[in-house]
Amino acid sequence: MPTDLVQPVIKLTPEQEKRRRQRNIAIALAVGALVVIFYAITVVKLGPNVFLRPE
Amino acid sequence: MSLISETDLGLAEYGAAPVDFLALLKPRVMSLVVFTAVAGLLLAPVPLNPVLGFISILAIAIGAGASGALNMWYDADIDRLMARTATRPVPSGRMTGNEALAFGLVLSCFSVMTLGLAANWLAAGLLAFTILYYVVVYTMWLKRKTPQNIVIGGAAGALPPMVGYAAATGSLSLSSLVLFAIIFVWTPPHFWSLALVKSADYGRAGVPMAPNVWGPDATRKQILAYAILLAPLGMAPWLLGFAGPAYGLVSALGGIGMICGCFMVYRNREGDRAKKIAMRNFGFSILYLFALFAVLVAERIVAISTGALI
Repeated sequence: MPTDLVQPVIKLTPEQEKRRRQRNIAIALAVGALVVIFYAITVVKLGPNVFLRPE
Repeated sequence: MSLISETDLGLAEYGAAPVDFLALLKPRVMSLVVFTAVAGLLLAPVPLNPVLGFISILAIAIGAGASGALNMWYDADIDRLMARTATRPVPSGRMTGNEALAFGLVLSCFSVMTLGLAANWLAAGLLAFTILYYVVVYTMWLKRKTPQNIVIGGAAGALPPMVGYAAATGSLSLSSLVLFAIIFVWTPPHFWSLALVKSADYGRAGVPMAPNVWGPDATRKQILAYAILLAPLGMAPWLLGFAGPAYGLVSALGGIGMICGCFMVYRNREGDRAKKIAMRNFGFSILYLFALFAVLVAERIVAISTGALI
């Protein structure tokens, strides 16, 4: 393959990789928190009705 | 050769840490928003479920943070010119403007939707209005146009107690309107005391703050006028009967303190002493507002826990 067709690869420095990892963890925590929040809203709003099943 | 350069992808600045995103939320402003929103929420005659109350306050806090992020996205050009703001994530180059914009928009949408689901859609609508007002009316329009910027823009900072009250009750009331009015009238003497000290900074950035446009002496007169209006207004919750005697006492003493502090600012106009007094007044104004809401919250908690309030 001719070398001029190869896309240049962007190399991240170790510091940048560390920050990317930190950002990923922060996003994971935020998504996890959203799951907990929406679960809590559902449980509190529905209350005992959560066990009602349609006939 | 690639058609897209590193800068197009924003990869040149590929290095913002989570702490930079946290800084976009203006945590110090956020803490005051949380505090005043809790006061509004506790003022409600009907108690909100504590879990829903906690989620509502969280949503209001994130909404306020989102408006801070959008403000920093739009104002990066002038923030760069002022010593107080040059180290913010966007002007310092740790993050691109687009990252701040996307972050602010996503948080705005999520906070409004979450508040709507957890509490009600009046509160969510008010929160959306607060964000829009702060970003569009204050940041994009008034801030660079008129020395009344912080007076009119102050409404955005004054809304959280009304959002908190609306979250609990699904309605508005005189009591939440009074809390709004207190913060609204408190903002000008608070902000202008800082602007008197930092007027060179604002001048360099071309922001038409009152001391730069009207001159420091006219601003001092305005600061005193607002303080005289603020002192009795601060006592209104007690006079109208929705706060107790402890609040009455603290608001009376605090109001006298505010008038005295602003009078000192009015009298001392020259040199370092004037700057020191203005800066002290800025600090005292924060303490004053904090004390008012702290007593209001404490009184409500006592009333709720002793069963005096149903």
